[in-house]
Amino acid sequence: MTNADHSALAKSSSQLAGPGDYFALLKPRVMSLVVFTAFVGMVAAPGVLHPALALISLLAIAVGAGASGALNMWWDADIDAVMSRTLKRPIPAGLVPRSEAAAFGGFLSALSVALLALASNYLAAGLLAFTIFFYVVIYSMWLKRSTPQNIVIGGAAGALPPVVGWAAVANAAPLESWVLFTIIFLWTPPHFWALALFKRGDYELAGIPMMPNVKGDLSTRRQVFAYSVVLALAGLAPYFVGMVSAFYLIAAALLGGWMVWLSWLVLKASAEDFGPAKKLFGFSIFYLFAVFAAILVERLVAIYV
Amino acid sequence: MSDEKQRLPTPTSYGLTPEEMAMRKKRNLAIALGLGVFIIIIFAVTILRIGGAVADRSF
Repeated sequence: MTNADHSALAKSSSQLAGPGDYFALLKPRVMSLVVFTAFVGMVAAPGVLHPALALISLLAIAVGAGASGALNMWWDADIDAVMSRTLKRPIPAGLVPRSEAAAFGGFLSALSVALLALASNYLAAGLLAFTIFFYVVIYSMWLKRSTPQNIVIGGAAGALPPVVGWAAVANAAPLESWVLFTIIFLWTPPHFWALALFKRGDYELAGIPMMPNVKGDLSTRRQVFAYSVVLALAGLAPYFVGMVSAFYLIAAALLGGWMVWLSWLVLKASAEDFGPAKKLFGFSIFYLFAVFAAILVERLVAIYV
Repeated sequence: MSDEKQRLPTPTSYGLTPEEMAMRKKRNLAIALGLGVFIIIIFAVTILRIGGAVADRSF
């Protein structure tokens, strides 16, 4: 091997990757939603956890979510390289080698689970480990490339953080925590299928069997509407299990009503009109944030006022 | 074959460019920072978990 060969090898490894590129492997935007929903789970749970331990637990959950993001990028590097939305991720951009992303994600997974076990309890740590396993193995490795129900079932991984947060404080996972799980679980299909409607070409190119390119646009639009209706109803559930007051019920009803209205516009839109789908995608993010923020406000008011 | 091997220069480094060296330094600092934070967190968790119970034992 010549010096030139060594130099070429060096260029193909991570010599130009900065800490920011490794941070990007953690999918910070997804991580922020995980942290927020887990935090709401922690605040909503009955029980007392030292504020510093709660903060460290939240950090462990964030790192766990980030680790599963890195492992997902490791596994999906081939399809990330053909989709416009994911083309600039650190692996397809040639900044971080796949093997390093795998090692980074694996190491952080173990670290996050161990840290959560130390800071809170084994139930929360076990749930976090299961979340990472479900996202990486069940969703990324198995479902994503094999069925249009990929994001429906895989959505369970994204829905678990509030249960993990609840368990971290209460050392239990009662019905109320699963109500929060259900809201995110039912939110996932209309959110991702709205995206898939106007990014259909990307998914087709990558060979991912998303609902629009398997069952067609119309079937997807119908399912988006159906899931939005069920989601709007499930969004009211925290009131009926006694977690929150009528203030939340009104807020959730208004938000859910708007979600259903936007999904109705998606259903009624012409085949080439993706405007309503883009609007629904944007609003769905706000919906989830607002519903969880309303629960958070309710619980904080109940605790401090 | 063995003659050819002897003629090839033995590489002593990857010959990093100044930009690559700067990035490596940044990565090293990030690892050091991460390690420092990890140590502080484990120490804090230990102290908080033991809490007042450290005195509740028979000597």
